[in-house]
Amino acid sequence: MLTTLAIIFIATGVFFFTTATIGLIRFPDFYCRMQATGKGDTLGALLSLAGLALYYLNNGFSLPTILISIKVMFIAIFIFIANPTATHAITKSGLECGVKPWTKEGIQK
Amino acid sequence: MKYIISFFILFLNWVILSGMLDTFHLALGVVACILVIYLSHDILFTCDEFFYKNLREVIRLIKYIPWLLYQIVLSNIHVAYLVLSPKMPIDPQLIRFKSKLKKDVSLVTFAHSITLTPGTITADIREGEFCVHCISRKVAEDILTGEMEKKVAHIFMED
Amino acid sequence: MENFFLAIALILCFLVLLCLYRGIFGPTILDRIISISVIGTKTTIILVLIGFIYGRMDMFVDISIAYALLNFIATLAAAKFFRTRKSIVLDAKFFKEVGIK
Repeated sequence: MLTTLAIIFIATGVFFFTTATIGLIRFPDFYCRMQATGKGDTLGALLSLAGLALYYLNNGFSLPTILISIKVMFIAIFIFIANPTATHAITKSGLECGVKPWTKEGIQK
Repeated sequence: MKYIISFFILFLNWVILSGMLDTFHLALGVVACILVIYLSHDILFTCDEFFYKNLREVIRLIKYIPWLLYQIVLSNIHVAYLVLSPKMPIDPQLIRFKSKLKKDVSLVTFAHSITLTPGTITADIREGEFCVHCISRKVAEDILTGEMEKKVAHIFMED
Repeated sequence: MENFFLAIALILCFLVLLCLYRGIFGPTILDRIISISVIGTKTTIILVLIGFIYGRMDMFVDISIAYALLNFIATLAAAKFFRTRKSIVLDAKFFKEVGIK
């Protein structure tokens, strides 16, 4: 039961990682690339780490096992808070340096 | 009061990260926590008194998190659709709007929620004015209706 | 189950290689910073997976936590450092003028 759930979580997480990476390569400008990475990486890391924490509980519900699972979830929560903040910081620095956003008509002058 | 609460938060972190429960390590943790609180007690809680109101805010924030997770899943499916469709139907634009929120905590929560909901990221906040990058015109109209702003204002009791 | 973890780790390594494309050929410095940040997030997961494969979770989780913290700080510091550089948009042209390829 736990194993099946863990496999589903990890596979979904890796799928979102893949879309984030393809978006990083395909999108036309810097701001759109931030859209792909800021969202895809957050959910991908959250799902993969949750699946790994669930799988580790297969070793029995003793105190060290639960502590290590909590540590893995700790990483997930930290990434959940830190990744959008990093996205925000990079976007702001791009805006202040004057990187022009791409639009349908081409780059604005 | 706030010293005791910060001590318990720090000590819980120590126990989780060290994972050893014998007397020596726990005593070391107590000493380290007291030292950290003595040196930097004004970072975790900026206000002087810990009110009962703050606890209600924390409970409301925890209730808000499942809705946010649902939005994150929706936004990831949106990004996956945009990336995997061959024509890439995007029409990006920058919009600016004023927000009614006042407190720093609610501004940060609102910016975080904008970044994690479909198709929008926060680029800049300056004196209550948000600068948001939207990936198409439809999501730009969605964010200007201000539904999420009401939710965040409800959490931190600014309505 | 170990084979599954190995396959996931290999897929993530392949994705890191794809991200490295943006890191090398990215038009501006900011694209390179994004690429490094994304690679760091993937590396955190790969470290936890390595812990599962070797059966030494208690050690690799700590390394992974340290890596996540360092990645966040490095991204923030790089974004803040390049904020004041005016040559950031034109850096491809700038490098050509100086003569670095």
